[in-house]
Amino acid sequence: MTHHTITVTINGARERLDVPSNMTLLQMLRDKLALTGTKNGCEAGECGACTVLVNGEPVNSCMMLAVEADGCEILTVEGLAPEGRLSPLQQAFVEHNAVQCGFCTPGMLMSAHALLQRNPRPTEEQIKQALVGNLCRCTGYVRIIRAVQAAAEEGGA
Amino acid sequence: MAEFTSDPVGKSVPRIDIYEKVTGSATFADDMQFGPGLYYGRLVRSPHAHALIRHIDATRALQLPGVKAIVTGADVPKNIGLYLIDRPIFARERARYVGEPVAGVVAISEEISHQAAQLIQVEYEELPAVFDPVEATRPGAPLLHPDLGAYKVANFIFPEPGSNISEHFKLRRGNVDTAWAQCAAIVEGTFRLPQIQHVPIEPHVAVSLWEASGQVTLWTCSQSPFAQRDLIAQSLDIPHGNLRVVSPYVGGGFGGKAGVSMEVCAVSMARAVKGHPVKLRMTREEEFIGTTVRQSLVAHTKIGCDSAGNLLAMETQYYFGGGAYNDYGVNIARAAGYSCTGPYLIPNVKGDSYCVYTNQPIGSAMRGFGMPEIHWGIEQIMDQLAEEIGMDPADFRRRNCVKSGQSILTGMQMPPIDLVACIDKATEAIDWGKRELASAPHKRRGKGIAVMWKAPAMPPNPGSAAIVRFNEDATVNVSIGAQDLGQGAFTVVAQMAAQALGVPYEWVRVSVPVDTKYSPYEWQTVASRITWSTGNAVKAAAEDARRQILEIVAGHWGENPQDLEIKDGVVFSYRTEEELPLKGMVIYGLPNENFEGWKGGPIVGQGRFMPTYVTNLDFETGQGTRAVVHYTVGAQAIDLEVDTETGEVTVLRIASVYDVGKAINPDLILTQIEGGAVHGMSSAFEALHYDRQGRPLNPNLVDYRIAAATDIPLEIHGDFVETPLEDGPWGARGVGEHVMVPTAPAMANAIYDALGIRFSDLPLSAEKVFRALQEKQEG
Repeated sequence: MTHHTITVTINGARERLDVPSNMTLLQMLRDKLALTGTKNGCEAGECGACTVLVNGEPVNSCMMLAVEADGCEILTVEGLAPEGRLSPLQQAFVEHNAVQCGFCTPGMLMSAHALLQRNPRPTEEQIKQALVGNLCRCTGYVRIIRAVQAAAEEGGA
Repeated sequence: MAEFTSDPVGKSVPRIDIYEKVTGSATFADDMQFGPGLYYGRLVRSPHAHALIRHIDATRALQLPGVKAIVTGADVPKNIGLYLIDRPIFARERARYVGEPVAGVVAISEEISHQAAQLIQVEYEELPAVFDPVEATRPGAPLLHPDLGAYKVANFIFPEPGSNISEHFKLRRGNVDTAWAQCAAIVEGTFRLPQIQHVPIEPHVAVSLWEASGQVTLWTCSQSPFAQRDLIAQSLDIPHGNLRVVSPYVGGGFGGKAGVSMEVCAVSMARAVKGHPVKLRMTREEEFIGTTVRQSLVAHTKIGCDSAGNLLAMETQYYFGGGAYNDYGVNIARAAGYSCTGPYLIPNVKGDSYCVYTNQPIGSAMRGFGMPEIHWGIEQIMDQLAEEIGMDPADFRRRNCVKSGQSILTGMQMPPIDLVACIDKATEAIDWGKRELASAPHKRRGKGIAVMWKAPAMPPNPGSAAIVRFNEDATVNVSIGAQDLGQGAFTVVAQMAAQALGVPYEWVRVSVPVDTKYSPYEWQTVASRITWSTGNAVKAAAEDARRQILEIVAGHWGENPQDLEIKDGVVFSYRTEEELPLKGMVIYGLPNENFEGWKGGPIVGQGRFMPTYVTNLDFETGQGTRAVVHYTVGAQAIDLEVDTETGEVTVLRIASVYDVGKAINPDLILTQIEGGAVHGMSSAFEALHYDRQGRPLNPNLVDYRIAAATDIPLEIHGDFVETPLEDGPWGARGVGEHVMVPTAPAMANAIYDALGIRFSDLPLSAEKVFRALQEKQEG
């Protein structure tokens, strides 16, 4: 398998990495960098558990090759609270009990984070639309939507 | 967020696991690191629904560089099973469903394991297959398990060897034959539910290491680490003490990670490559076909009432399509049998509940354990009866629903509950009886109600144990073998421990992961039994620790322990008003006067709970003193509209109310209710589809849709009633599964209210609704 050297900025830190052609961004994050906060739920772009931000846009990291991320800025769930201080969105998830099993949570947070970055005051419908690619089987989405609304009211992501 | 919560029972404290889960630091099985010695497993699965295995040739696969071992049925001669030991770990001689593991490949990379799996050649001889549970009971149907009579079986399960029936539960009460004549209204129907899947967002992952010393470890996402230890130890002849099952956080279970599915394959494969951990991770497709699914059901049900609306008689046959093997299947049919009336008092009952082998994926436990399935038909018939005699469906249920102290269908006395209060609250919340306008001219609006009951379905004596240990600063570690699947078990037991000890909630930690080597025993995290059963064990352990502390301090002060109390981590005396903080003394004890010796020492409390009062039921009648530990009851009322141009159903409001005994954490109950209502709603639209050969057609999240954020009702109104359970901690009983049981039938009743059309078969697809509308117009 051909390998490529890529340069990416992950959660603010620049990394030079040697990746095989067929490695997905998800595999790179989880297997190469042990950033296991990003979850693998289907490897087919269907569940959203692996959502990360690439240059600010939410992406299913299972559907993107690592080499495609060359030169990109990547934000994962680990980057939301770099000093251990929860972001307003994470804090809102805590306050609204927007988590049950927690497996969809990282992807959910990343999609919501991207939404609030581009639209600081989304409507309920816009929140639902932004999260439509992130499946959750536990919560019924009610608290997640409420938490995103609350974070927006508190002033953003 | 409060930093110091006194007396936390009854308060909506934040989840104990939430910081880890919002930062991505919570460890799930797939996140565990095993180093460069890790090997990867891949299962070779049967492409046939029913076939004899003539020959397996692994030569070419073994020649592939990087392949370390191939395991087949010949390597694992014993079966595995919970109640009926019917399942080979890898198919031996015969494959019974598409997707059954036939061989396992171990290789140095995931990629090589996939390549090798394709090189294994299996020669099959196809056999006729059967997919419908009713057809499978007919004479001449293909027989899946000719050896059924030779399988080991629990003493409360009754298979019928020579047939495909793996369990037949009989309920006989009163005399239905004479009762029909007294009925003013009789409604009869056949109701069908397809197989559906749990769809946890985390697929199954198992990693196993078999060391040369004979120590075996299994790391996996598990609702049942101890049951897995027990069953795997038995089937692979491992001493229980040598098998360690470790389960970190579980990314959703819903019953699918209870019992044993693919985990035992990982352990068998690890045995072939001793010293190397082997990782087996299900793809989403394998999650659908290769773990377990909810059983299908065909129900023939007939119920009658008198002109005043009193239920008089019920006759029912439940045929559960159990799939090729039983995990929990036989006990689901049993539970459906002893609860076959739903939450109603009916004096004359004839019920037969069957679990039937079919050539489909393994039917097993899923949230509600038989109850969503049987309530689908029962709750529609109740509405039809109410309509025939001209009674409001909510009033019909108030009149007939089971009440505290009544002798129910098995002869057991109903423990205290208040279902009428649940009906009152649920109906009020959606303005029951008030007709409301649809949002557009081509839409029709309707309201519906359904009630439910469910008992924890389990052997009579499932136990829980707990250990409460203090640390130097008087923080507390609670060890339990129960698991948090997201339902909030760790939070609730921390609240209980804090309350019983007299320390703030924030001082309590719950030991993660669950590890059978270090955690005290827990039967399984199933049946909505943890708040109740593990809760009782934790309360007992905390009380044991508290007693030790009070004895030490009383000795120190020369007082009677009964005059002392612990509050906010400080021991005080009601008599002398003396005070002493727990900090330090819970580990180091207390010095005697002038430091002449010490008293006390590290405080470790232990507790256990096991119901001791459940009795066997008579084989012919299903009658007995105490069929189950208790029931949780509840009601859901639904307001929805149907688009007559597309057949699409949109749920507007769900009101959902359960009798929880005592709300240990009210907000966690509401989150269960919300999640369960959406799960229930989603399940009404879900179905696994197969082609005529039994090959699954939609094992992926595009063709098998679960509810997304855009599908949820505009309003979910959750509420609860608190009628204390006699042996529940602070009166609490479970509620996690119950919340999805009545959703689908409440939707069906609301659709009838909107359209005047009844749907006896799930799923409620838009296409089905549209076609029915067309037929109605034409008719």
